[in-house]
Amino acid sequence: MTDYLLLLVGTVLVNNFVLVNFLGLCPFMGVSSRTETAIGMSFATTFVMTLASLLSYVVSTYILSPLGLEYLTTMTFILVIAVVVQFTEMVVHKTSANLYRLLGIFLPLITTNCAVLGVALLNLQEQHNFFESIVYGFGAALGFSLVLIMFSAMREKLANADVPTPFKGSAIAMITAGLMSLAFMGFTGLVKF
Amino acid sequence: MSTLIAILVLGVIAALFGALLGFASVRFKVEGDPLAEQLDALLPQTQCGQCGYPGCKPYAEAVANGEAINKCAPGGEDTIKKIAELMGVEVQPLDANHEADNTPKVAFIIEEDCIGCTKCIQACPVDAIIGTTKQMHTIIADECTGCDLCVAPCPVDCIEMIPVATTTQNWQWDLQSIPVVQID
Repeated sequence: MTDYLLLLVGTVLVNNFVLVNFLGLCPFMGVSSRTETAIGMSFATTFVMTLASLLSYVVSTYILSPLGLEYLTTMTFILVIAVVVQFTEMVVHKTSANLYRLLGIFLPLITTNCAVLGVALLNLQEQHNFFESIVYGFGAALGFSLVLIMFSAMREKLANADVPTPFKGSAIAMITAGLMSLAFMGFTGLVKF
Repeated sequence: MSTLIAILVLGVIAALFGALLGFASVRFKVEGDPLAEQLDALLPQTQCGQCGYPGCKPYAEAVANGEAINKCAPGGEDTIKKIAELMGVEVQPLDANHEADNTPKVAFIIEEDCIGCTKCIQACPVDAIIGTTKQMHTIIADECTGCDLCVAPCPVDCIEMIPVATTTQNWQWDLQSIPVVQID
């Protein structure tokens, strides 16, 4: 149990996907201009990442490994993720109109979120078991959400700040992201793997 | 041989996923009613309820399900024509209940008679009446759609419907009404 907790904390803070591993930077920059959209994106990503890491574990352990087809991993995972995203979108559209309005436009975006593929591949690389894979996927998504929402809140404040002209817009966002990344470096050593 | 297995495995996985998605798209199909949406776009959105439905959207849905197309008084003949075109049915004159008088009107409160009961404010679908309890009310003429829903609730009958005088400002110039085309 402690192992899982440590893994979770480690993934969220120490090996944060966005600020330490630098995965999933496009949505991090793209949908962080408003907190509301950031929260929507966070929920959608959390859902997809957890499900994708679970399914990709199953596919790789029970289909690819026994057949000695490990070299097809990346390709198969892309397939799995695309299907998970599409399927989720359909189910959400049918079952909950509210949730669809909240997540709808973000779901297709997640297909190309490299953090999702990253989580699946890293699971394999770190040789996680079934539950570790789920915890790792969930933790990665949680870390992504945490950072994305914090960053979007900062950007909302920055919109009102008196930023020098050459730094306006994306420039100050990049600088903010860099400073956040530096801050997250401070968590190194919090959890030993 | 191993290449063949690889192709086969990937093909089977892809086919399975494809089948899953295909099944899901049928199983989780969402029935949006595009016709009702289109009809709703044609209606004037005064939400006046003169058609007997609580608003424009419910009336649009009812029309899509076969309700008469001639019940929208604020929309008038123009709207009926557009709906008829969309539905592919004959243009009908406006419903008999509203037929008598279709000139554009605006509500007017005779202010010395107003007792400030706020009943007309609650009835107004477009919030065109301002005023508060025991204060005289008045109507924002630009916002008023002339739906005359405020007339009935008034306990002192101080609301009149005044025909809008045609001025150069509100005259529908409609310069495109005669399509000019080049004939070879």
